[in-house]
Amino acid sequence: MSQLTLNNIEVIYCDVIQVLRGVSLEVQPGTVVALLGSNGAGKTTTLRAISGLLVSQDGKITRGTIEYGGERIDRLPPDEVVQRGLIQILEGRRLFQHLTVEENLVVGSVARGRTSDATLKRDLAEVYRYFPRLEDMRKRVSGYLSGGEQQMLVIGRALMSNPRFILLDEPSLGLAPLLVAEIFRVIQQMRDQSGISILLVEQNANLALSVADYAYVMDNGRIVLDGSAERLVNNEDIKEFYLGLNQLGERKSYRDVKHYKRRKRWLG
Amino acid sequence: MNWQLLPQFATTGLLAGGPIALMALGLVLIFKSSYIFNFAQGQLLLIGALITWWFSVELGLPLWVSIAIALILSALLGLVIERLALRPMTGQPLLSIILMTLGLSQVLQGSALLFFGGNQRNFPQIFPAGDPYKIITPFVYEGNPIVLILKQNLVWSFIVAILGVIVIGAFFKFTKAGLAMRATSEDHELAQSIGLRIHRIFGISWMLAAVVATIGGVLLATSSGLDMSLSIVVLAAFPAVLLGGLESIPGTIIGGLLIGLSVGLVSASTNQFIRNSGEIMPYVVLLLVLMIRPEGLFGQKRIERI
Ligand SMILES: Nc1ncnc2c1ncn2[C@@H]1O[C@H](COP(=O)(O)OP(=O)(O)O)[C@@H](O)[C@H]1O
Ligand SMILES: [Mg+2]
Repeated sequence: MSQLTLNNIEVIYCDVIQVLRGVSLEVQPGTVVALLGSNGAGKTTTLRAISGLLVSQDGKITRGTIEYGGERIDRLPPDEVVQRGLIQILEGRRLFQHLTVEENLVVGSVARGRTSDATLKRDLAEVYRYFPRLEDMRKRVSGYLSGGEQQMLVIGRALMSNPRFILLDEPSLGLAPLLVAEIFRVIQQMRDQSGISILLVEQNANLALSVADYAYVMDNGRIVLDGSAERLVNNEDIKEFYLGLNQLGERKSYRDVKHYKRRKRWLG
Repeated sequence: MNWQLLPQFATTGLLAGGPIALMALGLVLIFKSSYIFNFAQGQLLLIGALITWWFSVELGLPLWVSIAIALILSALLGLVIERLALRPMTGQPLLSIILMTLGLSQVLQGSALLFFGGNQRNFPQIFPAGDPYKIITPFVYEGNPIVLILKQNLVWSFIVAILGVIVIGAFFKFTKAGLAMRATSEDHELAQSIGLRIHRIFGISWMLAAVVATIGGVLLATSSGLDMSLSIVVLAAFPAVLLGGLESIPGTIIGGLLIGLSVGLVSASTNQFIRNSGEIMPYVVLLLVLMIRPEGLFGQKRIERI
């Protein structure tokens, strides 16, 4: 049975702007599923619909259902979703900048309610095992960390809520290749060592498909393509529009590809 | 400048700064959590004092019991205000919400007048009404030793107020709930995303602000009596808050003391014109400090990374 199921989800912002037009997807336990698509396709909105964070954006699910662990979560407030072990890591590496690194981590555990000091210590140690660098910076004000360190901290903070499922939004954006490699190594570790399922939104499709088990491609509020990662890596559409390579092997941005052409291919 | 009396006025000024700091704290608590400047803080002060007065003088309950009841009722009032007046405004422009607190201040002031009537009341003494403390300092000015005469009320109000600020500050700094509140104050959406219940946190902020206001109201009423104008005293805390930097709890102490001190110093002047300018002094100091440090003395510098 799948751990997370979206059934024909429609989302409207501000009562008028329809952004998702019937999104369905599934995530099996302990897998990484990539959600790909160009800017504005509705990837972040999909994550918000799952985590309940549409509320802070004046967005609403107007149709469809979301099931997590066999129960409907599409009407739950975000805090209850987090308590069930599903957490969204917002795009843009958002930190509580004026809190120290360790305070950022500790506050990530608050949603779990009362936890003993021993549990807290153990969970911190676990995060520091994933990210040894953070331990050296425990007392640092987090706003002054580098981009890579910030990305580690937001992942570490999510881990402090003891999640079974993470919605991860564009973790590689604006990071140097070496750091990106480190983040993606951690994504694999979280799946393989801790059994956490991950729905991963990425602009860098190549990278995402290299760790993912399965992938969905979104365009204009719909899923237009899906399949196992191996299958999609070899798919011409993906290559052309998301990996930025056409048959001739020239680099090409998906922006250059005429919109009607994209649509036709996917619908046809 | 009357140098002989200067130390006396400076000290009384500083002591008067204690309650100002406490009033400033009430404003900071709400600003920190929700970026709202609460114009109704003065009315919370007034209502807290009125409730205490009503239970102790009208109903004849012991003073400490009355204060305890007032603290509980004001905590509830804070929760109710958040729930009924502010939560429905979530997502509205900040200016509308701030104007809402202005409206709220008028509603609360009017209700207080309606229920309690507008006459001046004697407020019970909280602190022992002994002789003023007399401190003979080792300093001498033109052959006369410098002596400080400090009313007990003033000293004890100061101590209680500053302790109040310290306790709340420690709560924010050292408890998990305080940590959650500091996090929420930085980024509401991010706080929600990690599972914090931000509306509950706003509710707690309003509750704390109302409790702090009641303590301040009682301290002020016991030293200068109780009437409807108590709500206006909070004006002195506005510059203290800005001085301290809207979100800093230690800043409220510094802001409060500075404002108190400035008023005290002006009173020591021999020039009648300056002596009478005590009421505008807080704002003069405020302008000066803000010209030099726009974020206030303890304000958070926005951390900007590219
Ligand atoms: N809070 C919002 N209010 C109105 N429109 C929004 C809001 N957030 C996103 N949108 C719109 O929804 C569409 C999808 O956005 P998003 O889900 O962020 O896409 P992606 O993450 O794939 O880049 C975009 O056209 C965007 O302008
Ligand atoms: Mg996005």
